[in-house]
Amino acid sequence: MRIFDPHIHMSSRTTDDYERMAGAGVRALVEPAFWLGQPRTNAGSFTDYFDSLIGWEPFRASQFGIRHHCAVALNPKEANDPRCRDVLSVLPRYLAKDRVVAVGEVGYDSMTKDEDEAFAVQLGLAVEYDLPVLVHTPHRDKQRGTLRTLDVLKESGIDHGRVIIDHLNEVTVGLVADSGCWMGFSIYPGTKMSPSRMTVLLSRYGLARMLVNSAADWGRSDPLLTVRTGQAMLTAGFTEDDVDQVLWRNPVEFFGQSGRLDLDIVPAELPAAASAGNSINRGDA
Amino acid sequence: MSAPHLAEMLKEQVTDPAWLEDAVARLARDPGAVAELFPAVGRRCGRGPLRGDAPELAAWTVDDAARVLLLTAMPLRGAALAEQIRTLYWHGDAAEKRAVLRALPIVDIGDDAVELLHDAIRTNDPRLVRAAVGTDARQLDEQMWRQAVLKCVFMDIPLTAVAALDRRADGELGRMLADLDAERRAAGRAIPADARALLTLIGGSTKPTRSAEHEEAS
Repeated sequence: MRIFDPHIHMSSRTTDDYERMAGAGVRALVEPAFWLGQPRTNAGSFTDYFDSLIGWEPFRASQFGIRHHCAVALNPKEANDPRCRDVLSVLPRYLAKDRVVAVGEVGYDSMTKDEDEAFAVQLGLAVEYDLPVLVHTPHRDKQRGTLRTLDVLKESGIDHGRVIIDHLNEVTVGLVADSGCWMGFSIYPGTKMSPSRMTVLLSRYGLARMLVNSAADWGRSDPLLTVRTGQAMLTAGFTEDDVDQVLWRNPVEFFGQSGRLDLDIVPAELPAAASAGNSINRGDA
Repeated sequence: MSAPHLAEMLKEQVTDPAWLEDAVARLARDPGAVAELFPAVGRRCGRGPLRGDAPELAAWTVDDAARVLLLTAMPLRGAALAEQIRTLYWHGDAAEKRAVLRALPIVDIGDDAVELLHDAIRTNDPRLVRAAVGTDARQLDEQMWRQAVLKCVFMDIPLTAVAALDRRADGELGRMLADLDAERRAAGRAIPADARALLTLIGGSTKPTRSAEHEEAS
């Protein structure tokens, strides 16, 4: 089973997780920019984070043969904080980088006017930089949030085939299925979506445009739930090829639209000396 | 709740009453000392639950009350007071931020309270979300207030913590709770009992959402 996790926040995870993921078949991933738990207080805090997404994290991942890509954006929650909004003016610098394969996470948290504006501006940047878009749907008032997202996408004129709407569930997937957008599901312990519930949705809605992610972050989450979903698919009667479509070929097709996916496996990009003294290389020889 | 009332309650409950008395006197002369005194309150006064019967002080701690008392002791008004309060909030740790939120009903900083309440509601820290919804947050508009109530449901904060819930809960909040209930049921889960009781009380939307129609059609 080869796995491409299309949504995982590795900055919040340990190097041990990279090792376990590689051992379980995860060979590539996309890390979208998000909220850190602790609110940021200025735009500089974002640029340090984005630098890490295009620098330190790909390096950490490469130690285990995992190809790391990212999406950058001002996330919906912090779009409400006037101290953070300046980051919109430095986003273009990052959207031009290698391995930045999408704009994201954008979308709604509380569905405020500020969120509307940041969403619209960043959809415009996606068109300008010819990048796909990863859209977060809100935890609260998810159905309205999903409907409003679809309205905004329609207004923006963006090609729906270049948009993934994420964190869907039994109630919201039906709203997105006919829109032409890709459908993302975050498999979480207990809450958003479970492996067995996911297999039911795959049976009902088919495998096309369906992406499964772990969305693992600093909360209760598990980077191996993509693997568990593949296993649950096999148990439910799906074929190995079906699993490969959902867990590898679909994300490759979606993010491949950026023209920036790089899936040649290189064991380590930097000489060990580059991180001398750092525990990341301990035991790696 | 008033400053003399808080001072009276705290006399018997703080670990170092002399320190608190000195701190209040010092702030009356030198409000700038608050930067040093405000963070020290937990260490000097204690952090246990505040004893007392006043319903508006439910879930308060001793350090909450002592910090609120310090804020009332500063001889500042208007823009100068608001600026000092905002600075304490933005540089505060979670306990300091919570005390600022608790103080909002008696320390008037006008519309500047809105950004502090919004920040607190954006956090995923139950100490701050709970304090923000517990202040009869009149400055919050209806849309943000409903989001805050729903956030309490997500964070397992009991809805009894929400000030003026009976007065402000409206049909739109009912609609949001009904949608959440539908999502949870589709996932084989349930909303908490207090949210269920509130939904029963205020009722959900009678107009089905598009998603509900879809579920029925398939």
